[in-house]
Amino acid sequence: MASFILRRIGVMILTALCLTFIVFYLTNLYPNLEKLAKTQGNQRMSDEAVTSFLNKNGYLQPLPVKYVQWLGLLPGHVHEDDETGDVTAKCARKGEDPSEAATYCGLLQGEWGFSTVFKDDVGTIVSKRLWLTGKLMLWVMILMIPSALIIGILSGMREGSRLDRSLSTFSIASSATPEYVSGVIFITLLASSAGWKIFKGTATSAADNATFENFFLPVLTISLYGVGYIARMTRASMAEVMTAQYIRTARLKGVSFQKIVLRHALRNALIAPFTVIMLQFPFLLNGVVITETLFNYKGFGWTLVQAAGNNDIELLLACSVAAVIVVLVTQLISDIGYVFLNPRIRIA
Amino acid sequence: MDPLTWTGSLSFLNPIFVFAWIALGIAIVVQIFTTFMATDANLQGEVSVRAQGPVDYATLGVKVIFGFIVLLFLTYVIGGILMPSLAAKGIIGTISTRLLPVWIALVVTFAVSIAYKRKLGLYGKMFDSIVGMIGYAIVMFWVFAAIFGAMDFIVTHDPLAQVSGMKNKVPGTALPDPDGDFGFYLLGGDNLARDVFSRVIKGAWEVVKIAPFATLFAFMVGITLGLPAAYYGGKLDTILSFVANLVLAFPVILLFYLLVTPEIVATGIPVYMAGVLFIFPLIFVTILINSRFFVQPKKRNIYLGISLVIGLWMYLGIAWNADPFGIIDFPPNLLVVFVSVVFVNSPTVFRIVRGIALDIKTRDYVAAGQTRGEGAWYIMLWEILPNARGPLIVDFCLRIGYTTILLGTLGFFGLGLSPESPDWGSTINDGRKLLSVFPHPALAPAISLMSLVLGLNLLADGLREESLRD
Repeated sequence: MASFILRRIGVMILTALCLTFIVFYLTNLYPNLEKLAKTQGNQRMSDEAVTSFLNKNGYLQPLPVKYVQWLGLLPGHVHEDDETGDVTAKCARKGEDPSEAATYCGLLQGEWGFSTVFKDDVGTIVSKRLWLTGKLMLWVMILMIPSALIIGILSGMREGSRLDRSLSTFSIASSATPEYVSGVIFITLLASSAGWKIFKGTATSAADNATFENFFLPVLTISLYGVGYIARMTRASMAEVMTAQYIRTARLKGVSFQKIVLRHALRNALIAPFTVIMLQFPFLLNGVVITETLFNYKGFGWTLVQAAGNNDIELLLACSVAAVIVVLVTQLISDIGYVFLNPRIRIA
Repeated sequence: MDPLTWTGSLSFLNPIFVFAWIALGIAIVVQIFTTFMATDANLQGEVSVRAQGPVDYATLGVKVIFGFIVLLFLTYVIGGILMPSLAAKGIIGTISTRLLPVWIALVVTFAVSIAYKRKLGLYGKMFDSIVGMIGYAIVMFWVFAAIFGAMDFIVTHDPLAQVSGMKNKVPGTALPDPDGDFGFYLLGGDNLARDVFSRVIKGAWEVVKIAPFATLFAFMVGITLGLPAAYYGGKLDTILSFVANLVLAFPVILLFYLLVTPEIVATGIPVYMAGVLFIFPLIFVTILINSRFFVQPKKRNIYLGISLVIGLWMYLGIAWNADPFGIIDFPPNLLVVFVSVVFVNSPTVFRIVRGIALDIKTRDYVAAGQTRGEGAWYIMLWEILPNARGPLIVDFCLRIGYTTILLGTLGFFGLGLSPESPDWGSTINDGRKLLSVFPHPALAPAISLMSLVLGLNLLADGLREESLRD
């Protein structure tokens, strides 16, 4: 087990390195750098001005060097102007003398860089935004998982029944409604002057003070898309368990239906949904980005959109590191959890 | 002119319609509760001799009310076509009249398919399942609407034309000065005073022309890589699986934001990606033909020659925009959307194909093929692949739906297609800023997108049910 986890963590680190390198490569392509220079300076910068800006800030070094600097294994870029002799160092904080700045400033030193859009330290931005999204996700999980499991179990416990048909139709419909559709419909019906105005159409205020009125619609929007998929998986797994031999034995012994479902079937039927819920995280991340944009909730997804739209390289990299870590950790948990829940599987 | 009402002269049916929906809701709830009460009867296996209980009455009730609703709906649609004037037709009637070519095409498709359903294999079997038929009807409705819309049959206005005074007007508003054009905005105007109805129909074409082909390409990439990964295993499998997991670990939106920007298009990366991804269909077809006719060199050379010429021509035209005859023209911003959608979908297809092939590889008929001395690719493409078709076809339908959602996501973030484009995602994005005041410009494409994806999911469900039956 220990060697399995170690190996998985090794693969995880390799994946994270590959992915961040890809993001690094794509954000550091010359047209993107040019756009960055122009948003930082002004739109009508001449080509020479762009080059000197990029050179001053160390963007024109070879890609691998920049990447390793970002990781913190090479000294940060120091630029000395040929004419004026001014020294600028990447590692110098705002107002700090470049000569006194630290030599290394990368991930290993805990320095995530400086956001060019929000004019703030990336580390603080990302941690603050992640906390806000964490709050959203917590409520999504509280709403989504129990309802999905209940729907799945109710429809899977008697496959083909009327109840199964109605609930299956519901889960098919919910997985056909992406967040930007359900969000629009919810806002129209429940938060607009045309419909029934009981909720707020934006969740901006929920960042400081989340109430049922401003927070329920985004939570519902994200949950709805996920519910269908998890419910269908639970249903399939429950239906399979209900045809197993030991369930028939229990029936023949005269155990009541309720007891069969709750005592015998449920625990075995929940193994598959557990993995599904864990693997659902990357998709939920998508939903978070869409929903936060739609409801203007300034969390992680909203930050990602802002960073990507303005080619804020260091913020974007930090966002992708966070996203990749979330995805890979949930994959790891799902694998380990699967082994723990299902004693029949042994990993050598 | 007066604005149109929703139902025109048929408005006397509206209270009945609302009442029928309420009755249906009540009946379904009653039905669910009665099935709960009647738990143990089913368990003992006495289904056949059971007397008529409350469950059966509830079921009958639901069926009757549902039939009644369908009937009312048909009355609206057909009655609308038969009404004499626009005012009498109402919005629904007028739209239904505009959609007349679609109704005819749908009826013809269904009549022909049902008449010959025993000869049509899995496609024909789908007509045994009601769910599958409903799904197929919704999907074909949008396909026909898109095709006829692209031929300018259904649309009432130019989707880009702005008519002054029609900004954010509610559905059914009359044009101030029609001047030979169609006199009404059937589904209202958007915030740039364009006709929402025409944009929705034109938007359907944007989806129908990209989603199926992108999915098909993703399948070819996934199959061409997934089969050898499963069949040979070893290092090849490890490397390909690692790469697939790498792409899957990428949050889709981040990937879109990195790939689908004008700056990246300027660097030419999408073209190189297209160059790599689009070669797979070519490889797939080549190996398919080569392995099949390997023992008949004459036939093989002819077929291979023809398909290679056509394939290479299309490959040059689509991926490199270097068609020697100048017939195929693929706009660069469409290409980048196409490429990124294929790129996102193919790792999942790879995993599915690999999983199924790993299972089928152990069957006896594969071993028999190996003993006969069949080539590895013949076994993969002509022994394993046909036996994996059931789950693959089902996943294909689901994946077109997912691709539709992805395209909508791209439009929603304003990536890729031009800002004027009538595709559903962009239209929702345009409309969302004024959502709480004027919901109709965003609502129409949202409901369209949902219904298309729902249709595809129902179709997949019906196909799964029918393919499991044999």
